[in-house]
Amino acid sequence: MIAEAGHYALVLALALALIQSTVPIVGARLRDPALMNVARSTALAQLLFAGLSFLALTTLYVTSDFSVANVFENSHSAKPLLYKITGVWGNHEGSMLLWVSILALFGGLVAAFGNNLPLSLRAHVLAVQGWIAAAFYLFILMTSNPFLRLAQPPLEGRDLNPVLQDIGLAVHPPMLYLGYVGFSIAFSFAVAALIEGRIDAAWARWVRPWTLVAWIFLTLGIAMGSYWAYYELGWGGWWFWDPVENASLMPWLSGTALLHSAVVMEKRNALKVWTILLAILTFSLSLLGTFLVRSGVLTSVHAFATDPTRGVFILLILCVFIGGSLTLYMWRASSLKQGGLFAPISREGALVLNNLFLTTACATVFIGTLYPLALEMLTGEKISVGAPFFNLTFGPLFVPLLLAMPFGPLLAWKRGDLRGVTQRLMAAGIAALLAVALVWAWTTGGAALAPLAIGLGVFVIAGSIVDMAERTMLFRLPFGGAFRRARGLPRAAWGTAFAHAGIGVALIGIVCESTWNTEYIGTMKPNDVARLAGYELTLKDVTQRQGPNFRESLARFKVTRGGDEIGEMTPSKRNFTARQSSTTEAALLSRGASQLYISLGEEAAGGAVAVRMYHKPLVLMIWWGPVLMAFGGLLSLSDRRLRVGAPKPAKASRALQPAE
Amino acid sequence: MTRIVASLIAVMFLLAAPLAHAVQPDEIMKDPAQEGRARNLSKELRCMVCQNQSIDDSDAPLARDLRLLVRERIATGESDKQVLDFLVARYGEFVLLKPRLNLHTLLLWLLTPLVLIGGGFALWWHNRRRGRAASDDDAVMKLTAEEEARIERLIAAQSETKPS
Repeated sequence: MIAEAGHYALVLALALALIQSTVPIVGARLRDPALMNVARSTALAQLLFAGLSFLALTTLYVTSDFSVANVFENSHSAKPLLYKITGVWGNHEGSMLLWVSILALFGGLVAAFGNNLPLSLRAHVLAVQGWIAAAFYLFILMTSNPFLRLAQPPLEGRDLNPVLQDIGLAVHPPMLYLGYVGFSIAFSFAVAALIEGRIDAAWARWVRPWTLVAWIFLTLGIAMGSYWAYYELGWGGWWFWDPVENASLMPWLSGTALLHSAVVMEKRNALKVWTILLAILTFSLSLLGTFLVRSGVLTSVHAFATDPTRGVFILLILCVFIGGSLTLYMWRASSLKQGGLFAPISREGALVLNNLFLTTACATVFIGTLYPLALEMLTGEKISVGAPFFNLTFGPLFVPLLLAMPFGPLLAWKRGDLRGVTQRLMAAGIAALLAVALVWAWTTGGAALAPLAIGLGVFVIAGSIVDMAERTMLFRLPFGGAFRRARGLPRAAWGTAFAHAGIGVALIGIVCESTWNTEYIGTMKPNDVARLAGYELTLKDVTQRQGPNFRESLARFKVTRGGDEIGEMTPSKRNFTARQSSTTEAALLSRGASQLYISLGEEAAGGAVAVRMYHKPLVLMIWWGPVLMAFGGLLSLSDRRLRVGAPKPAKASRALQPAE
Repeated sequence: MTRIVASLIAVMFLLAAPLAHAVQPDEIMKDPAQEGRARNLSKELRCMVCQNQSIDDSDAPLARDLRLLVRERIATGESDKQVLDFLVARYGEFVLLKPRLNLHTLLLWLLTPLVLIGGGFALWWHNRRRGRAASDDDAVMKLTAEEEARIERLIAAQSETKPS
């Protein structure tokens, strides 16, 4: 009953999406406000039905209704409630349902909060959202229906893949999808602007908050996925340049470029045509990511060729939306008028440079991910493109980008004074050089470039601090005055500083972890001691334990440093009975930003157990960086100026705000 | 250096036991320099039955065989390049995580510099063209005397009302 209701709700959502994708456009052509307003009500109703459908599937999972094929294949009655719920999107069908639900959510939000948009723009935006939604509802209903029943309901389910039974991976897909799908709003706005043939600075002001929301979620989603891989996969790696990871990195890179070019468009009315293109490309890359992950083309080109229904359907969606929007772009972009001029050395110039490097980085990831697939399809030749390739091509792009980054926010719009900015950044430069000298003197071994890279990270962080000190006139005004100025600064300025500093923090973490990571590999018996980076790790005992749907062997380690006990670490190895598969649960001990990491291997005869231990210096900074970036994004989002039509305190004070 | 020390410690604990992880205690070579080379080479070689893992990371049996093979070749005194050549001859280009530059991988390697240089050139050209167009209609961009006066008035009015 619930399954059928969920299925039916999905069909209704499709019908609503079809109405939403046509009627408002006709309304805009006829200039009929009533028809245009259909977009709003259908978007809200669509959200309701997509939500009901999602709720239905969740209910089926929570009640362990194994008469539904999807629940049978991915759930187990003994599974903890949390993983019953997250199991909903731990499989293909459910995750696609989550995808469309989030799409409906964003459409509904535009409908609900887009009151200040011009009527025809809102109608067009929601109509484009309707096209995307209709395509994906059709995809689910025709190829991946999660509500299919089994003729003979089994008594017990097959359980969720144990690797996915983890809080990190439970939250990771929704975050990632909020990012992916959030970019659809920017896409819809871009296509709507092309249809209307009209675009202005206000457009960027509407698009920026939506892009920012998507970007924040994508940033956190990628970081969370990376941290999950770090502690769950058991060998301490945090980024593998796997095609699935690259699929999320590409929209992030172009989305970051979009955020920056939208600033230029909003403030200076320039780069319009480019911003539109980036908005289209960013969502296209999100669609591409969905295709790569969901079609099975990555595991094997042959598997894709033997069961192509799903893959071909998504490929079709991909071609129609990317091809269609790019054709529209080529046809209409020339009619958009170019705006504000600027000198190469200016805030705009710096943001253009940022865009150049970010899009090049994105192109690098793109070719590295797709080249092996294309080559195999065209010539049958198989090659691999992995971490060594990306380290060589992608890494160096960030050196000039990060060197230029502190200059950007300090340069003036239109025509900047490079020498003046360099003088103001002197303090940051000195801090960076000091850091290089200190790191070089203190450490032994490792790549010669590592101290320089750390210096670059310090330069970026110090650059952000200098930027804020300049704006608040810290050291020049008495403290109270500086504090008042700090409060008066636009939140977006603080956002920029935090996000930029986050990049520097992440860079330092990445360099330290990959250069000075130490490891110990061996087999240990109880009371054996392993020495690693000044710590002594003593294996106390190995015990067996029964979990809700798994058995685990648990090793206890005592960690001491110079005789002082610091703590206990208990890595374990879990055997999941339903799937006959096991996972390693690494034990982590944080010391500041550094971590000790132990993961267990097989047990050997005589009570010995194989262990792998790492000391990872400053590794946590790799994820603190993205958190800082997301926090910067949130600050920016809370900036009153981004909420068009928000009540203004007083006319005079608004007019006084600096031209940011 | 630290990695070598760690490997040395591992050698001391050498015990034959099956391990579910990448590099296992019994694989590690006696000569730390050679072991270091083996580790670096392992990072560039793909475990062919895994999804995008190097043999250094993978715990598949094939990855272990390849690691042992790499160490065997190093022990016979081959250079890094000779080891890689041997593996490519045996398993094909697929085994390399960093494809070699040849006719088939030209676009893969050259795209990044091409996009960067091409993009930079396009920006320079665009800027030059627009700069010229701007100087042509410079007269249009200039403010009239009346507009200048209005700005003066606005600025004056603002600095009076400004609180601090």
